Parts: sequence; C-alpha cells; structure tokens
Amino acid sequence: MTPHSNVKDHSRTTSDHSSALLQIRSLSKSFTGVQALNAVSLQVNKGEIHALLGENGAGKSTLIKVLTGVHPRDEGDIQLDGRAIHARDSGHAQQLGISTVYQEVNLIPSMSVTENLTLQQQEKSFGLINWKKADTRARALLARVGLENLDPSRQLDRYSIAIQQLIAIARALSSEAKLLILDEPTASLDASEIKQLFSLMTQLKNQGMGIIFVTHFLDQVYDITDVITVLRNGECVGTFPTASLSRSDLVSHMVGKSLDDLATSSDHQTTGKPQNTLLTMQHVGKQRFLHPLDLTIHAGEIVGVAGLLGSGRTELCELAYGSTKPDQGHITLHPDSSATPAAEPTSLTQKSLRQAIQSGMGYCPEDRKLDGIVAELSIRENMILALQASKGWWRSIAMSEQKKLVDDMIKRLAIKTPDMDKPVGELSGGNQQKVILARWLITHPKLLILDEPTRGIDIGAHHEIIQIMQELCEQGMGLLVASSELEELVMFAHRVVVMKDHHKVAELRGSDVSEQAILHTIAS
Amino acid sequence: MINERNLPIFATLTVFLLLYGFGMYEYKGFRDTLVFTNLLTDNAFLIVTAVGMTFVILSGGIDLSVGSMIAFIGVLMAYLITSLHIHPILAIAISLIVGIAFGAIMGMIISVFEIQPFIVTLAGMFLFRGLAYLINLDAVPINHPFITALSDIYVSVPGRGGLTFIAMAMLVLLVVGILIARRTRFGMNVYAIGGDKQSAALLGVPIKKTTVKIYALSGLYSALAGVIFAIYTSSAYPLAAVGVELDAIAAVVIGGTLLTGGVGYVFGSFLGAMIQGVIQTLITFDGSLNSWWTKLAIGGLLLFFILLQKAIVFWAKKRSPAT
Repeated sequence: MTPHSNVKDHSRTTSDHSSALLQIRSLSKSFTGVQALNAVSLQVNKGEIHALLGENGAGKSTLIKVLTGVHPRDEGDIQLDGRAIHARDSGHAQQLGISTVYQEVNLIPSMSVTENLTLQQQEKSFGLINWKKADTRARALLARVGLENLDPSRQLDRYSIAIQQLIAIARALSSEAKLLILDEPTASLDASEIKQLFSLMTQLKNQGMGIIFVTHFLDQVYDITDVITVLRNGECVGTFPTASLSRSDLVSHMVGKSLDDLATSSDHQTTGKPQNTLLTMQHVGKQRFLHPLDLTIHAGEIVGVAGLLGSGRTELCELAYGSTKPDQGHITLHPDSSATPAAEPTSLTQKSLRQAIQSGMGYCPEDRKLDGIVAELSIRENMILALQASKGWWRSIAMSEQKKLVDDMIKRLAIKTPDMDKPVGELSGGNQQKVILARWLITHPKLLILDEPTRGIDIGAHHEIIQIMQELCEQGMGLLVASSELEELVMFAHRVVVMKDHHKVAELRGSDVSEQAILHTIAS
Repeated sequence: MINERNLPIFATLTVFLLLYGFGMYEYKGFRDTLVFTNLLTDNAFLIVTAVGMTFVILSGGIDLSVGSMIAFIGVLMAYLITSLHIHPILAIAISLIVGIAFGAIMGMIISVFEIQPFIVTLAGMFLFRGLAYLINLDAVPINHPFITALSDIYVSVPGRGGLTFIAMAMLVLLVVGILIARRTRFGMNVYAIGGDKQSAALLGVPIKKTTVKIYALSGLYSALAGVIFAIYTSSAYPLAAVGVELDAIAAVVIGGTLLTGGVGYVFGSFLGAMIQGVIQTLITFDGSLNSWWTKLAIGGLLLFFILLQKAIVFWAKKRSPAT
C-alpha cells in the first residue's frame, strides 16, 4: 500500500470559521496497542451534510463513539460551537447537542412511541409525569420528521423498521441537537423510505443543523452530501467537496490505491482448468439482504468476491454456505462425479448446516473471534469440531486418531505452537486463522468458503495462507474467497465477482481480472 | 382497540371475576362484602410484596430475598419494641431504613459487579433469614398499646365488611406503586431497562443508579410488608413468610408482567395476589378440600398465564407490523 502524498492537497484548506459547528483537531485513540484513530482532524459546518466514509477498520465507528462519549479519547481536542466539549456518556452528549441515530434502532420496542420519545425528558406537573403534555410534545416531534398522522400511543414495535428509524431521528431532534450523527441509517430502508429520510435531512440542513452521515452506499453519498471525509486505517485521508470528487477518486481513496498507480493487468493466475462443477447458485437471493444472483464454482478454481464494505461480500458467502437461508433461488451442490458417477446433485436450498458440512462444504467466517474459534478450547478441540459435527456428535473420534490428524495439520500449515493442547485464544491472529482452516481441511471439503481469510494477520502469515489456498486449489478443491484486499484477490483468484450495493455487478475472468478493472466496476 | 400486550391483564381480571362470581353463585356467605374486605386484609402483606417485586421483574430482574426480609423485619421490630422499648413509630422507621439499605446494597452488587440478581438475592434470602434467627429463635408476641390501637382501626363498609388499618395501608401503597411505575421518570426507566437495556443506556437512562433504586424500592416494599405482617399477626417469628417470595413472583406473573421484563402493570400484581386469595377462600368455603389444593390451582394458573404470554408474543410477531 503506497501512501499518496498528493491526497492532502485536495483537502479544503479554506474553511469558513464563522460557520464551523464541530471542530476535531488531531484526535487519537488506541485500544490495547491498536491505533484506532491517529491524529484525525475534521470540521463540520452548520447547514452541511458531511459524509464520513471508509472501509472496515477505518475508524468511523471509533470516531463516532469518541464524539458521543462512549469511549474516552487519548489525545485531541473537540469543539462544538466554539466550546471545548468532553462528553461523558451518550446522555451527556445529547445534552451538549450531539444526537446520534444508529443503524440498529436504539429505542425500546415494548414501550409506546410517546414513552420512547420523551424518555428521561418528560415534563412533570406536581412531581408526576404529565402524559398530556408528553403526548403533545411527541406529536410535535413526529411532525418534524413528517409523521403527523402516526398514533404515538401505540407500541413502537407495531411500526416498520423505517418508521422506527424516523422516530429515532425525531427523538434525536428532541434535545437541542446542533449536530446529528446518522450511522448507516439507510441499511434497512427501501428506496421510498430513503427518499423520505433524505428530504428530512435536507430540511434539517436548511435549518442550520450539521449532519454527519455514515453510509456504504456511494450513490447516496452523491445524492445528498455536501462534503466527504475519507478515513483509512485510523487516519484522515482528506476532506473533499462532494461535487468535485469523482467516484473513481473516492473509491481509490477508500481502498488506499490510486488508479494511476496500478498496472492495467496484474500477474494474476490464468484460469486453471476448471473441472467439475461443484456448486451452482441460480437466482439466489434474500430480501433486504442480497439481490438474486447466479454463481457457479468449479473444482480446482478460486473465485474471488470483491466489493467495498457493506457491498454484500459476506452476505454472498453466508448464502452460499447456507448459514443464512435464501428466500428465493436454488443452490445445488454437485457430487464428486469421478467417485460416484451416478450420484444425483443435492439441492441445498433448505438443508441444514450439518448437511452442508457433510456434503463437503467448509466456511471460515469474517470475524474469527465472534464466529470462528472457541478461544477457551485447545487447538486440538477446535480443529476436531467440524469433523465431529459431520460425523454426528454420538460417534466419538479416538484420541489417538485426533492427535494424528491435528499433528499432521500443525506440520502441514506450519502452525507455531508448543503443543496442541494450548488454548487457541493464546495464539497469534495468523495462527488462529490457520487453526480454522485446519478445522475444515480435516473434513476434506470439496468447497471451502473463506470470508476475509487474511484480515488482521501479519504479512508473513498472509503469504503462507495465500500459498495454502493455492495448494488446495491445485489439489482440486474449489474456493470462494471474499476479501477487501484487491491486490491479494487479483493475485490468487481465477475469477472475481464484483459486488456493489448488495448486487452482483460483474464477473471478471481471465485477463480481465485486475485491480483497475475491479475499481472501475465498483466506481461506475 | 385493546393492545395485545394488555391482554394478559384483562385475562387476569376475567379470571378473578370468574372465580369471585363462582363463589358468589355457589355460597351465600360469599356475597357479603366481608369476604372481599377480608381478602384485602389477609393478603395485604403479599400484595405489598408483589408491588415491590413488580418493579424488579419489570426491569428484567428477580428478588428472592423478600420472604426472608418480611421475617427479619418482623423480628427486628419486635426486638426494638419489646426488648429496647423503642416507640413503635420509631421502630417501624428504623426497620424500613434497614430494608431500604439492604435492598440498595443488593442493587449495588448487582449493578456494579454485574452479577445475576438471582444469585445476589438468593444470598440475601439466606442472610436475612439467618439474621432473624440471630436476633430471636422463637416466636414473640408484640404487645404495645400503639400496635393494638392500629389493629383496632376498622372502617365499616355496607354489609358486614370493613377496612382494617393494614388493608388501607396496602391500598395506599398500591396506589403509590402505580404512580411510581407510570408517572415518574424512574418508573419509565424501569420499563426501558426491562425492554432493552443497551438501547436504554444509549437513550441516556442511568442504568446503574436505576438498578440500585429498583432493589432499594423492593427492599422498602418487602420491609413494609414485614411491618404489615407483624401488625397482622401481632407477633414475630423467624420462620414466618417462608416461600412468600415465590407467591409474590407468581402474583406478578399471573398479573401479566413478562418475566423477561419491559411489559406489565402494578395493578396486575394486585389482581394476581387477589386471585391466590380467592382460591384459598373458595377452598375454605368448600370445607372438604385440603388447603394444598390452593397450590395446585395456583400452579395450574401460573402455567396457563406463562403459555398465554408466549402465545401473545408469538401472535404479535406473526402479525406484520402496521405502517
């Protein structure tokens, strides 16, 4: 990744100080050795919709959490309306004038709309809450977000997610909000609901409010925002007026590569000799999750999945594996025709995960710590998990057999550990990833799905894991690999599926696979 | 339109009216107001305990210490009055402060160390029972002209019935409980914490402070129940009110409060406790049935109400949300 020195030159150097609402100067924050934010500076003006963009781990959510007082800052200076502020918690941040609406609706579903809107702010008469006044206030707040006709005495969860999101915004406006932070509010909304939200944002902007808008949808960025700030790896790449920043420039800022720096064609592998079809997805999709798409994976090939964060990479992996059930389309897992020529293809659409494992699929999820490893269990126990699951829990695997399998894997993948009974949680990230890989390799899968296999591991382990993947491929395994590292994808993938806004927008193959082509497809 | 979340409390009211109607239809004596006012008096301590318990369960917690608290407060009061010769009013005040303090300490342990309320209040349950024995091993009468005067207060109502002091005290405490739940910020925060703790925190609800207050309130209400129980029996006994915590939980659940928190009404708990009382009275009127039939009936009702709540939550989810 080459840092580009010319980027900062694009940033707005001329800023109108009189209209500055929020000023962040060289804000830093680290978590146990990881620098989440490194000297980030940002200015949001009154009456401005400011997009905050960046890939996973760029520091967007950390920045918002520091702003709203969820995390204390290490260094730096935050000024709101010219006064230095230190928010203690989100309640205090609201009092200071910073209101936040999160992707997940943070209201109480079992309480009425009025109760939600007035919580902690109810007006009292004679020491008791005056529900008549509360109701009037709730209606006034709802009117501000265009929900005049909504019955506020009904329970919140009787309304759709989109309405709940608008109610959350109404609540955010109830305190004297000067700055509104919208953290991916559109993720669960459909087109007309987004339109409603955008007209509200425009209205608030015209009233002089500053809005920070976090989203993954580039179209929305160009529809509504005035200014864009891009974060990458905890650093501020720059702040740009939306009108003068081209899409391809924006994408290259986000992924940290400029298109000009890239060779048009990389040294990626030429298509191997695709053998038998392993998996066919026909028009597979799920509402509000992933638009229907087709995909075929053959034995002996690596199919890469590229796209920005939130573009549907992980969703595609989950649907292919079956950990999320599609609501339309067909997934067919083809049997190994060389072994049993007469076998029928298995339709997997409505089958259980255990059947997926038994029919030769393996899946390493994106978040190792959350979904993959069991940190307290030993290396051996972690590796045996999938094999045990495919055999059925009642058929125990002899300890001597377990030890032999695990020992082979530790050697084959060069896992650095003194012994196989060490808890996995004590290993380094790269070695943890290898343990998960080993878990699936023990089951001799025909198709392995890897979501971000190289995230958060050091460079050496990086190369080792890519090498292992290529070896597996040569041995005839099919792999589906989602990755945010384009350079890496281009290196090992025979074909690359490009995802954008939960759609499959392209499938590049052969000499078309290059970083430039992928970036162009995403930006177009 | 009846909100489906209010359905359990209507079901509770219906069950209460059906049981009471059955009694009036079957037994002549049941028709007198005396039966109703006696229900209020006999179940006063249980109702007061259940009111405090409602807040705990609304917040998603549980308080197992309330039965032991009743016994401990009774014994403490008796000790203060008969051995130390302190005036009952002062003795009651001291007892209530002790009840609040013990409740608040449990709330602090629960919120600061993030320990399951079940375990913390279980420890409290053993501790208070033990403390009661530490003060006194036997049952002691509480003989004080002031206590006798309180017991003698009787406001007649039409028919042969009448309200005793403890019945009226219970009604006042019930109304106060309803007001705290629905008309104070604290009450709304309890509902919010029980509904969704994380969201409540993001909405600015002080979780820890509120949790301490919830258990302090439950401590106060169970201490009040202890005082009422001592006046009701004119005595104190360390083994009193064994298992009352479970009766109170049953009353709250039968009253329509979700055990997972967030949904329910204080008035429902009153009805829940009254239903238990009516069943007991019916069995007494019948004369031939063993009193353990009460437990059988309450067990059956409890099961019915828990299944009803599950069914309602299921229906609510199935019905597509209105837009």
